[in-house]
Amino acid sequence: MAVKMSKKAASIDMTAMCDVAFLLLTFFILTATAKIPEALPVDTPASTNENKLPENDLATLTIGKGKVFFDLKGREIRKRTLELMGQKYNVSFSEADKDNFAIMEGFGVPIQSLKQIIDMTSADRTKANQPGIPKDSLDNQLADWVQNARIANIEIDDKELQIAIKGDAKEEYPAIKQVMDILQDQKINSFSLITGLRAKDK
Amino acid sequence: MAELNTGDGGGGKDKKVRSKKQNSKVDLTAMVDLAFLLITFFMLTTTLSKPHAMDLGLPDKNDPNKKEQDIKVDENRTMTILLGDNDKLVRYVGLLATPVSGGAPKDFTYGKEGIRKELLLRKKAVLAYSTAKGKPKNGMIVIIKPGKKSNYRNLVDILDEMAIVDVPTYAIVNDFSPEEKQLLEGKKD
Repeated sequence: MAVKMSKKAASIDMTAMCDVAFLLLTFFILTATAKIPEALPVDTPASTNENKLPENDLATLTIGKGKVFFDLKGREIRKRTLELMGQKYNVSFSEADKDNFAIMEGFGVPIQSLKQIIDMTSADRTKANQPGIPKDSLDNQLADWVQNARIANIEIDDKELQIAIKGDAKEEYPAIKQVMDILQDQKINSFSLITGLRAKDK
Repeated sequence: MAELNTGDGGGGKDKKVRSKKQNSKVDLTAMVDLAFLLITFFMLTTTLSKPHAMDLGLPDKNDPNKKEQDIKVDENRTMTILLGDNDKLVRYVGLLATPVSGGAPKDFTYGKEGIRKELLLRKKAVLAYSTAKGKPKNGMIVIIKPGKKSNYRNLVDILDEMAIVDVPTYAIVNDFSPEEKQLLEGKKD
């Protein structure tokens, strides 16, 4: 008799567990943000550092193959930055252009041909073979992008913009140094280097 | 609501409806399994995909019009690390012309067995030296000189070693003396 009783207890009511599981599942799906495709894929070097990158007020300079790409967080800040850049270089952007620019990924073209990049679809942009933002002393658009992004960030968020450098592991040092010099010329002396993660005793 | 009530009331007497009622239990095990699998996936991807960042502070750029004030540093506390191409790494302790004993220019490799051991050793030595002089707060100073041919990975690796070894003071310096250049390039063969 006793053996038969224990057989009965084998099935558990899973309704509650199922409810909780799906509630959590919904939460995580909704909080997860879709990964934005990178305009310039780079292989970041690894470090043992565990500091996370801030989510807002951040500009990312991606350096790879001698090219520099620029990316900025925050839609309003992006719009304002584009306006300021347009004024400076006498390139006019329509409202639709600004809206598109606000949601697109990083870019690496001179501002004169930025409009064509904005008009492309996301898939075409990655194929477009963007030449990188000009950063030599004659036509230093990168410095202007950084500066205007900082102005826009202070206007909208009232916070100092953080700068992160995302370099390719194989990139030679002078290219990195050139970008650091551009930042230092604007008195930005502290910035972040984006790295991957690895174990300490390697 | 109304429909459910009538169904219940009507089915109370009927045998066939009762048998239907028993059927209402579904086996949820597979569904729960799947749900937890997905939960795990989303949890891990949201927390792990965030990029990590290393903070780097550089000194103010010198104004060329301003006269610099040289600060004298005890050469017993300094170690200079030169980064070259093909993951070459040379270090010397003290001044290049008159290195501290055991600190003559020497090649090292990156990582735990290479430069880290040396850094830890030197750190201890410098601490002992400073304590003997009565200034235990004066730790090691590391000067990092990345060469033209070194790549970004080298720089991040060496900065990472600084963080692991916990070197109190380090700086990235860009100017090379001719002797240092020769050290990096001349020893290639």
